[in-house]
Amino acid sequence: MPKPHGGKLIDRTTKKQIDTKNLQTIEINTNQAEDILNIAHGVFSPLEGFQNRDDLENIIIHKRLTDDTPWTIPILLDADEKQLNNIKEDDTILLTNKEIGVKATLDIEEIYTYDKKTIAQAIYKTLDKNHPGVNNIYNMKPKLIGGKITLLETKPRKFDEYNLTPQETRILFKEKNWREIVAFQTRNPPHIGHEYVQKTALTFVDGLFINPIIGKKKTGDFKDEVILKAYETLIKHYYLKNRAVMSILRTSMKYAGPREAIHHAIMRKNFGCTHFIVGRDHAGVGNYYGPYDAHEIFEEFPDIGITPIFFRSFSRCTKCNAVVNDKICPHDQKYHINFSGKKIREILRNGETPPEDMMRKEVAETILQFKEPFVK
Amino acid sequence: MAGEKIEKKYTTISIPTPLAEKIKKRIEGTGFTNVSSYVTYVLREILAGIEEEKTDEAFTKEDEERIKERLRALGYLD
Ligand SMILES: [Zn+2]
Repeated sequence: MPKPHGGKLIDRTTKKQIDTKNLQTIEINTNQAEDILNIAHGVFSPLEGFQNRDDLENIIIHKRLTDDTPWTIPILLDADEKQLNNIKEDDTILLTNKEIGVKATLDIEEIYTYDKKTIAQAIYKTLDKNHPGVNNIYNMKPKLIGGKITLLETKPRKFDEYNLTPQETRILFKEKNWREIVAFQTRNPPHIGHEYVQKTALTFVDGLFINPIIGKKKTGDFKDEVILKAYETLIKHYYLKNRAVMSILRTSMKYAGPREAIHHAIMRKNFGCTHFIVGRDHAGVGNYYGPYDAHEIFEEFPDIGITPIFFRSFSRCTKCNAVVNDKICPHDQKYHINFSGKKIREILRNGETPPEDMMRKEVAETILQFKEPFVK
Repeated sequence: MAGEKIEKKYTTISIPTPLAEKIKKRIEGTGFTNVSSYVTYVLREILAGIEEEKTDEAFTKEDEERIKERLRALGYLD
């Protein structure tokens, strides 16, 4: 099992009672509260808090923390003058989020200004406000607060039974005697193409870790419960019980393409995975990134500590009568039927079952059992 | 960072000229654009390998038992 990123699994939770009565409080948004949970439980190891200016600048320029550890997506806490009223560097403050019941302290190391365009251009390679990640940056408040957090409280949430921390997955993998584990990141229910990618990778390692990102969705996306139930069905009918596990990852998609692919790989390394599947246009949106930019960026990180497995697109070849990719099938495009997530969605939206060479019958039935499988 | 330009941070390290020449030849036609980027790459790779060999820290017995219990309760372990 690989060591956690940066060498040590971070645990910023505490069982100690901390008196927060006299602390100034900032109410943070849900994405930031999720960041706190991921820092506290080690998903973002080696981060112990929100980033200071030095780390932010290093991430922008070198795609690394100040100690040279690979890190590509800044984890930032923004605030405005009103929130910072009477709050200064070296203060300990309380961060709260009512929606998911997070309470954490923050030992402020630095309060600083930043340039939104510099961040947008470096992280997203565009200044276009139609890019969802860039738009988020433009909507951020004018100051950033850096410093270590300590998680004091969280409350029970939907899907907790699917939520494992890196400490838990590491023990799970050890108990299963898995030495090499491949992680698969997803935001959709599985079609045959996904299954093929997963099983191709699984053939060479000990176990498969299916790790859907759940949380904030766009209209028309599959609902989280649909994705989870669909995977449960697939695993039940088509995977060996001791070769595949699924747990969720609660974090927001940034749509930062190649940089986010690195971030996704680092999180899975922290969960204890040795390999990470990187698909076509991984974490992309629109036409901002080339289809294989997310593959190429890994060449910059010989020290990332998790092995990427690159897949190009899979399709069904009517001549091979098999699922193929461009490395294994010599036949012309005209024999290839692509696994189109969009097309499968359309069929399901009409309440119909997609053809079995696109999606497993049991998976389709599971999805169709939901009255409304899509986010409105 | 507001307004001012962010400086790239580099330092200079000396290596024998013949070695630098050898590397220059070695990286011709590769993705490496200069000797520095090649040396940086190789050093990062070597250091990461050494780090990986150090033993992993263990969880406390109590932590491990508590976690296994949760994993069993959730059906992840038999
Ligand atoms: Zn073929």
